Amino acid sequence: MSPRPGFVLEVDGSTPPTLFWHGEGLRLERLPLGSRVLYPPEPLNPLADPAGAIRHALEHPLGGSEPLKVLLRPGMRLVIAFDDVSLPLPPMRRPDNRQLVLEQVLDVAAEAGVDDVVLIAALSLHRRMTEPELRHALGNRIYDAFAPHGLLLQHDAEDPTNLVHLGVTDLGEDVEINRLAAQCDLLVYVNINLVAMDGGHKSVATGLASYRSVRHHHNARTMALSRSFMDQDHSELHSSNWRMGRLIRESGVKVFQIETTLNTDTFPEQFRFLQRREWEWTGADRAAFLAASKGLKSVPERISRSILHGVKSPYRMTSVQAGEVEAVHARTTENVYAQQLIEIEGQADVLTMGLPYVGPYNVNSIMNPILVACLGLGYFFNLYLGKPLVRPGGAVIMSHPTPWAFHPGHHPSYIDFFEQVLSETTDPAEIGKYEESFATDPWYVHLYRTGHAYHGAHPFFMWYWCAHALEHLGAVIVVGGDRAAVRRLGFKPASTMADALEMASDVVGPDPSVTHVHAPPLLMAQVS
Amino acid sequence: MKALVFERNLARFAASRVVSSLAGSGKGVSVAPLRLTDLEAPALRGPGWHRVRPRLAGICGSDLATIDGHSSRYFEDLVSFPFVPGHEIVGVIEESFGANGAITSSALAPGARVVIESVIGCIPRGIDPPCSACAQGRSGGCERVGFGHISPGLQIGYCADTGGGWSNAGLVAHETQLHAVPDELSDEEAVMIEPTACAVHAAIRAEVDPGDTVAVLGAGTLGLTTVAALRSLTEPGALFVGAKHPHQRRLAEELGADTAVPPAQLGRAVRRQSRSLAVSERSHQLTGGADVVVDCVGSAESITEALSIVRPRGRLVLVGMPGNIRIDLAPLWHRELILTGAYAYGTEEPADGTRRTFDLAMELVARCRLGRLVSARYPLDRFEEALAHAGAAGRRGAVKIVFDLRRAPTGRSDPSTGTTRPAVRVASKPALSLPHRRTRVLTTRPRTRKGATP
Repeated sequence: MSPRPGFVLEVDGSTPPTLFWHGEGLRLERLPLGSRVLYPPEPLNPLADPAGAIRHALEHPLGGSEPLKVLLRPGMRLVIAFDDVSLPLPPMRRPDNRQLVLEQVLDVAAEAGVDDVVLIAALSLHRRMTEPELRHALGNRIYDAFAPHGLLLQHDAEDPTNLVHLGVTDLGEDVEINRLAAQCDLLVYVNINLVAMDGGHKSVATGLASYRSVRHHHNARTMALSRSFMDQDHSELHSSNWRMGRLIRESGVKVFQIETTLNTDTFPEQFRFLQRREWEWTGADRAAFLAASKGLKSVPERISRSILHGVKSPYRMTSVQAGEVEAVHARTTENVYAQQLIEIEGQADVLTMGLPYVGPYNVNSIMNPILVACLGLGYFFNLYLGKPLVRPGGAVIMSHPTPWAFHPGHHPSYIDFFEQVLSETTDPAEIGKYEESFATDPWYVHLYRTGHAYHGAHPFFMWYWCAHALEHLGAVIVVGGDRAAVRRLGFKPASTMADALEMASDVVGPDPSVTHVHAPPLLMAQVS
Repeated sequence: MKALVFERNLARFAASRVVSSLAGSGKGVSVAPLRLTDLEAPALRGPGWHRVRPRLAGICGSDLATIDGHSSRYFEDLVSFPFVPGHEIVGVIEESFGANGAITSSALAPGARVVIESVIGCIPRGIDPPCSACAQGRSGGCERVGFGHISPGLQIGYCADTGGGWSNAGLVAHETQLHAVPDELSDEEAVMIEPTACAVHAAIRAEVDPGDTVAVLGAGTLGLTTVAALRSLTEPGALFVGAKHPHQRRLAEELGADTAVPPAQLGRAVRRQSRSLAVSERSHQLTGGADVVVDCVGSAESITEALSIVRPRGRLVLVGMPGNIRIDLAPLWHRELILTGAYAYGTEEPADGTRRTFDLAMELVARCRLGRLVSARYPLDRFEEALAHAGAAGRRGAVKIVFDLRRAPTGRSDPSTGTTRPAVRVASKPALSLPHRRTRVLTTRPRTRKGATP
């Protein structure tokens, strides 16, 4: 049976309550009659033979690229970079796409007699991955073959000796990337495209870049002009990365891009109700919901967090393409849209969303208030092509506990940003004046380089991520959040969804139209 | 005439310590060796002495520590029992004993409103020649505190012979301890002069160089007045305050702090400003830190925090009175810190020459309108409520709690004037004061309907 496409439900009297994620918890909410609920398309059928598909992609590259084995020769220096722990979400069951691709790339390299191979996790300004995380992404065989010999590296955007400045784009953007990647004979990049924003030139131009380079597109102006940043044709974020990527190519860096896509089979069997439509829930689904929601609520937060971060997604690969960056990414984007796109007509007055426990920057960590804002107003709000799901001046209602809590090892600069910057201003255009002092703070630099901390400037980027939404919206309301934390974000706290809708009415007028994004599993709205 | 009298009674002292430890500061008063009793005014000690009738008398942290049974045994031989507490005083001169019984100066004539340098140095004690500190005007550093012709006592308010501020009966003070209060200052402003003088002295003892990063721990009366003094008398590059309660943070910023944050955030704010590292990811100990840290709390926790956020060879000033506490001094040794106390007042040498600390404090009180820190006034017979309020001042949105002695105890007339009105009328600011009747104290927290969303 072929999977069903996405679906827009109009809530009527017979519609059961709608499932909302609420951080590490789950809620059922009754949305007003006439509300529209966007359900993601069902998971596409995965590739029957992923290994064969990968082999085919390596042998039949896109965009005029020669097959990988032709590009390899004995004595050459080969660098293979790969996406970091921020992808996919939740982490997928073994074998991860990266492992599947890397094993074949390494086999081809070995057959070609290449023995100078280095692997680099393309962290950009993200935290360093732990050994278990690396083992999970790459598989034990690859980890054990490279890590003990110092050949499995993690990109360091603050290591001046290991960065090289390749030039400046027409618009004055510095392009500075990892020296090993820039000076090797071939750079293979292995990617996982969970959403349309990922991949393309962004993989190298951001993933292997320095702070000096990344700041040119991770800023309030660029993000406000990215409408959305999931739509690369209307995204200044992507335009900047594409300019940089082309400069990298013109500088002589030869990139062989391998991109993979996933279906939306996001949750394992015990959480399968999360990707079913509520009116189709079976008795077993209802029992699973009750067990999960009550169980997660009855244990301490750290336990529920640990349980959920232990969830491994049964994602399966739906496509793999390799070769020249732009040609590969065009095909990848088509495949992402084929899985996630859903059409909807018109914008709503109010957009509601239930935010889950995990986003790209808190894998095995705490979703602090800044990441809550980023997940809602950055990621979920921007899951559109055309127009936002909510009208200008409309309201977003997010459901999340938004605890005033931070992981001190992963997010040290977030704590200070929250305490010291957001207490001064929440305007993305204003906060930039503090960015450099955070970016160059020696303690953050130390923790980023030697610990598992995000870069000092990272919380600023998260707030810039919200720039478009903050400019577009008339109100942001958080249901069930820590009131002090929500207010510090500049948002309005509400006790219940009914309260939140009433508060939204004050902004958008009475009887507002409501659209709810029923995710994850992820979807992408094409709004006409 | 009524006065609160503190007696030597070890059993009650211990009981108060237990109760206040369990129920909170100021709550041990019911079992403390403190009682409201009839008392005659103390005798004038000789020429130059004056009898002063208090109008307002503040409740200080050191008073609370004494009543709570938490004061250090160090003071045992430096006080004399029984004593009338209260050393933050504005009052009116009732009687003077000049040479030959004549009035000694026009400014200190009976009826004059005065504030009192409560420290009892060599000159009030009749010690001649005075010790070297008193000779230099540094009465706070007096080396003869337990000697001379009056009983031991660091200050008025801890001496059996002088009386203290928590009294309708009056107290006696030497003319060198008295400062006339200008008419422009209200009683509320005047009662803040003594604690502000302590703060002025602390700010000068902090030896802040222009551009220094300074952190102040605590934002009760002492912390807030210290902030005002630091901002007024020194040139810090950045002045941080760690303050528990929102109203304290607001006041700290109004009085000159660049940033006032909850105590848990102070270390991070100082680290960011000083661009220091921390010893490790798990440690709060900075490798660098503030140039000067002023501890206005005096607890083991605050001193430990201060030690962790001051830079190597930096200066740590203890302004809040510490007791018998346990702290790890390894950072003091390893980082070659300068640890200094700041007690009381005397003579200072700011940039513009030698000044009495009280004169500087009087100017600061007027300039910064520090009378606004007086949050509530209680009659003497409601001393248990007053002390409980003072012990929970921060939580209850208050700063300084005072006894209002301008009226006789409830239901009684004042025999000295035959009226319940004060002998000398002075403008006062009623804002934030409690009415002189038993009533529920309003909090600043807005009420919301249960479950309602504001």
